[in-house]
Formats: sequence, C-alpha cells, structure tokens
Amino acid sequence: MSHGKRFEIRIAGFGGQGMVTIGRILGEAFSIYEGKNSANSQSYGPESRGGACKSEVVVADGEIYYPNVRRPDVLIALSQRALDTYLPDLRDSGILLIDPASVKDIPQPEKYRVHEIAAMAIAHEIGGVKYQNCVALGALYSLLAEVLKESSLRKAIADNVPPETVDINLKAFERGMSSVRRYGAEDWLRQ
Amino acid sequence: MTKDPHELYWLKPGRYYLQGSEACVEGALMAGCRVFAGYPITPASEALEHAARRFPQVGGRFIQMEDEIGSASVLIGASWGGTKAMTVTSSPGFSLMQEAISIGIMSETPMVIVDIQRPGPGQGYITASQEDVMQARWGHHGEGAIIALAPASVQEMFDLTIEAFNLSERWRTPVLVMAEEPVAHLRELLYVGERKKINIFNRKKPQDLGIKPDAYLPWGHEVVAPMANWGDGYNVNFVGLVHKEDGNVTDWSPQVNYDCTRRLLSKIEENAREIAQIETKFIKGSRNVVISYGAVSRTAIEAVMEAREQNGLDLSYVRLKTLWPFPEESLREVINDVDNIFIPEMNFGMMKHPIVEALRDRCKNFVSIPSIGILHSPEHILSKIVEETK
Repeated sequence: MSHGKRFEIRIAGFGGQGMVTIGRILGEAFSIYEGKNSANSQSYGPESRGGACKSEVVVADGEIYYPNVRRPDVLIALSQRALDTYLPDLRDSGILLIDPASVKDIPQPEKYRVHEIAAMAIAHEIGGVKYQNCVALGALYSLLAEVLKESSLRKAIADNVPPETVDINLKAFERGMSSVRRYGAEDWLRQ
Repeated sequence: MTKDPHELYWLKPGRYYLQGSEACVEGALMAGCRVFAGYPITPASEALEHAARRFPQVGGRFIQMEDEIGSASVLIGASWGGTKAMTVTSSPGFSLMQEAISIGIMSETPMVIVDIQRPGPGQGYITASQEDVMQARWGHHGEGAIIALAPASVQEMFDLTIEAFNLSERWRTPVLVMAEEPVAHLRELLYVGERKKINIFNRKKPQDLGIKPDAYLPWGHEVVAPMANWGDGYNVNFVGLVHKEDGNVTDWSPQVNYDCTRRLLSKIEENAREIAQIETKFIKGSRNVVISYGAVSRTAIEAVMEAREQNGLDLSYVRLKTLWPFPEESLREVINDVDNIFIPEMNFGMMKHPIVEALRDRCKNFVSIPSIGILHSPEHILSKIVEETK
C-alpha cells in the first residue's frame, strides 16, 4: 500500500445542477465497481445554493486518510463563479472541463488541459436542463477512460438516479461522451 | 415461530457506499435500536432523514419531536420500556439534551445520543467542530461519568454506533457518539459483515439472573444492576433522586448520597481500561507524538505520513477512539518520555487538558493546533510541527 498516491476530482457549478449527484456516482463507480477506495464530500447548507456548489471525489488504491481534495487533477466547472473560485487549486496540466455557455473567461488556459462540453445545450436537446450533469459526466469519462470502466459508471448512474430517468440519464451520458471538445493547442489525449 | 417480515429490510452483508450519517443509523439498526426520536438540524439532518426512511421498514418507530428536549426524553421512556433508542443532533440541540443525559445517568438508562458537532457558541455555524467534547463530559449537572466515542470514518460511524449501544446496555448509561461533519457527510465504502458475527450486547434483566420479583432490588445485585422493564412483573423503579438499592429515596443520609453518586462515577471511571480505546502508529521510540481524535485524525495521520516520508521527521500518531472515560492508563502505557506532543483539534485546545493531566511528567512541550469551523488541512498541521521541531 503506497501512501499519498491519490487522484482527485472536483465538480463545481450552480446549486441544483446536479454536482453532488455526479460526485456520488463517480465515488460509487470507483468504490463499488472498480474496487478502489474513494471518498466523496460535497457542499451543503447555504454554500450548496450559490454559484460555487461543489462535490469532491478522492480516489486511491490504498487507504484515504485526509478525505478532502487538496490539488485536484480534474476540475469540472459549470459556472463562471465555480471556475473563479476553484481554478487556483487545480494542479498544473490538470484537466479542466467547462461548459462554454456558462464559463466565458479562463485565466491562463495554457496551464491546463482545457476541454469544452456544451452540457446545457445537449441536455436541452434530449429532455431538459437537469440532465446536464450526466452530459458532463459522459464528457469526463471520455477524458478519464484509462482510469475507470464505462460499465462501472453506467451501473453507478442507474443506482443513483430515479428509476424512471435511468434511460435518459444514460443517453445524456452517451451524448457527453461523444461530444467533448478540445479547447486550446494541446491534444494530450492523442499523444 | 414465524419469521419477522421486517427481516426483508435488514441490512444485508456486503459493501455499501454510504454517508457517515447513514452508516450511523444503519449501525443503530444493526445493534437492535428500534426507536429514533429527533429534531432536524444541520449538519445532522441526513441522519434523521435516513432514520425516517429506515426505522419503519424494520418495524421500529421514528418520531420527529417538537424539539431536542422532547427527543432526548423519548429515549428515556423507550429505554425504560425495554427498547434500545437513539437520537442524532448537532451542538445547539446537544445543549438542550443535557438535562435528559443527567437523568439518564442517575436513572442508569441505556440510550445513545449522536452529536454531529458544529461550531459555537450560540447557533455558531453549520460547519465542522469539536467544540462539544468538554460539554460531553461536563455538560450535564452533577457528578456521574459519561461514555463518549469519536468515530473517524464512515465504517466507524457504523461500528462505533454499534459499540455505543453495546456499552450503553453493558454499563446502563447514556453513551455519546461525538461525530463531526467531515465524516457525517462523507461517502466512503462501508463493509457490513454477517449479522450473526456482529457482537451485540443486550442489557441484563433480573429474569436472566434468576432473581424473583419479590427479591428484586432495582439498584442492587451487581455494580450494574439488572434492569427490569415495565410489564415484566418486577418492581420497576426509575428515580432521578439519590436512592438506595431498593429504590427508597426517603431515607436520605450523607452515606446514601455518597454511595449512590460514587457508584455512578466509579462504574465507568474504574473500568476505563476496558471501555476506553486508543489507536497508535509509529509510537515505539518516537520523540514527537500527534494526538488527535475524530475527523481531525484523518488529517493528522496524513500529516504524520507525509512528515515521515517526505521530511524524514520522527513523528508518531495516537488516536483517541474513546474520549470519555479518558484513556489515561492506555496513553501512559504507550507514551513514556517524549519531547513534543501536538494536539490538533477543531477547538482551542479542549482535550489538551486531560492529555496534559495524564502526561505532564512525560513530556515537556504540549502544542495545541486549533482549527475553528473547518477541518485542518495536512499543511496546517505540518507547518506547526515543522516550526516547533526546528
């Protein structure tokens, strides 16, 4: 068991965009279906209602002691305020996933691996804005394919959304997976 | 005998991804708790919500009371009726429960109160805190000891809640689970083993000891008296006044008062070795120790590991799994002669007091590392340690 090898994901946006839900889905996918350890925490109270609501997932093969994110490897920012608040913590060359409809300004984008997902627009197309979290989750999956299996996420989605919405959430997930777009010069995934 | 139809809803062995609050409620159900009374308060409401869903499923009772005074009082009545009972609250509600805790100690009533602490005083805020650890011990009026546990993970929210019920039944006393938001709201893996392998302790009844109703002394027979329930045919006598073995409260004398209070105190304090648990890492030969408890110990062990691996510091780790009775003997067993003891807490140094009291002849320098309203980061603890050991 090696100490300190952690993979950290932070998901942030407006309260109500489903950040907490996809944090839980990711955590469950890693812990229940991938056999890793994960710790998932989230905003609550008034913090969870503003523009910088967040959910965090720490993943490790070994024991997770400090349960919160320190220097995330991944930041999903679905509001400008979330980006402004949490971007400074993102580690250099970390993955930044944004929705261009709500995030207009990225300071020093060259420091990160920036990707765009039109989560809100796609969600509108398939049935409503509430599915944008699963669109973003699909996009995240296509960036993280080497660290977890698609089937794990699909199962975790089915476990965590209302039964009557499983199909449409999975559709959102698939659309997200195929719609992620590189922003900036570096195509690091192809390297 | 027909099978209990509620067994369908019992938690099955397996791996679950749950919040600490949910694991706590599941632990209570596993321990056989069937009455939950509570009043919502952040950051403890998730436990209440989970209990509201789960207790009726297994044939238990969930009741949302008018306030925390009522909630804690329900536990007393339920317990006297023979049922294991619990409530979950946060600091302002915990203040309101002190009266019931005091009655619970005097009437030797098994009951479990979980306090998911938030910063204070007053309404304070809704975030993380360990500011009630002294109130846990001293908040109730009068002498009499308390048992308080400090879980540090989702798994322990389950395991230590079961342990809280076992201790409460074993010693006939209120037991507190002093939790914090970073663990209560955290989601992690919970392993649940086979039900029949989980150790569950149920209170001793006079019937179990072969005591006939006419020979039963409600406060006698053993240090922890067997407990009769209403409806069992025994002389049930629960009193909040100082009393004799037979429950008589009118023959007061200084000796009766002394004996009654002394027993309440000593049944816990003199068994601290059995009740109170600590956990250690790297302690042998170490000159610098970090002592922590609850959620903070998650940061503390991270800091200790980093200090050893990256900075080559001699640093060891002790965690108080039990806050009260204070594990003084166990601490003195593992800590002999050290240079520094660091005590990170989400308060301004509350548990530092009993730690200094226990170890003042074994350490020169006790350093409190407070963090108020928020869990320490590993950097916070490390920077203070590096500064002191330079």
